[in-house]
Amino acid sequence: MARKLGEINASSMADISFLLLIFFLVTTSMNVSTGLTRRLPPPLPPDQKPQDIDIKKRNIFVVKINSMNQLLVQGEELNIRELKDKAKEFIKNEANDPHLPEKTMKNFDLIGNIEYTKDHVISVQNDVDTQYQAYIDVQNELVAAYNELRNELSQEKFGKKFDELTELQQDEVQTVYPQKISEAEPKNYGGIK
Amino acid sequence: MAVIRKAEKRGMPALSTSSLPDIIFMLLFFFMAVTTMKEVTYKVRISPPSATELQKLENKSLVRYIYVGEPMKEFREQFGSATRIQLNDQFADVTEIENFITMERTAMKEEDQNVMTVSIKADKDTKMGIITDIKQALRRAYALKINYQAGARKSF
Repeated sequence: MARKLGEINASSMADISFLLLIFFLVTTSMNVSTGLTRRLPPPLPPDQKPQDIDIKKRNIFVVKINSMNQLLVQGEELNIRELKDKAKEFIKNEANDPHLPEKTMKNFDLIGNIEYTKDHVISVQNDVDTQYQAYIDVQNELVAAYNELRNELSQEKFGKKFDELTELQQDEVQTVYPQKISEAEPKNYGGIK
Repeated sequence: MAVIRKAEKRGMPALSTSSLPDIIFMLLFFFMAVTTMKEVTYKVRISPPSATELQKLENKSLVRYIYVGEPMKEFREQFGSATRIQLNDQFADVTEIENFITMERTAMKEEDQNVMTVSIKADKDTKMGIITDIKQALRRAYALKINYQAGARKSF
């Protein structure tokens, strides 16, 4: 019998292609959008004028950014690179310095007794002409300061990073170091271009 | 007999094309997977600022975007080169934001309405004046959960 050459068996082609498809699905990442998440304060009632809430001077950490993207932190000019450490020092107030925020003692279920600066506020004020990147940099450094403090506390109390803690533990660490970054009602600050 | 068989073996067998659909489908799926759906066509030029402490924006159906930047070249003649706001597919004014947010929120499911996030996607050279205006408008619209979009960077 004369044997003809059979066609190439293509039935496995589908399997190969699916394999490839799955490979690409797994290895390629969809570009996700990332950013800094913030919460805005609720609006003021229209008939009410913005009133100055009475915060003790030692409890407030003022960061001003002028139109040339320079920083004025607590009345002193500061490089953005030093902002994180300065903010950490302020939030933590390790040595109970009378110029840094007051500390209150509180007993937590999991962390135990801890003194923390309950009433501290970080206030970010920017000029109309401030560059967006400079503003994001400042926000980023402040968030970084909080993240580092949270990680330090988690490491000290639970021996783990903040992300690896259970939800209850995270809640308590967050109560000790809440992100209190307030953004003032818009004003104009120095520097006319 | 052997001689005849040898002669018949000559000539290429026809290539099977039955797997072609599979290949095409594979390509299709591949492109579907790697390209994210464009939210809108950008009319403003945006190169996002960079930061290190980034969080992923989850649940995209709950996110609404506000784009801020200079108009693209083709819109320069009509709109000038000053920084503009884009909502969906159109240029908009700060005063329209409040309305836009309210509209978007009413279009959402009721349980999703208070977890809506507004993402501000602004060019890194934008002046803060316009961002502050947007933030004030968002506060008035009670869209308090916001996100500043930024790209990743290692350090300074």
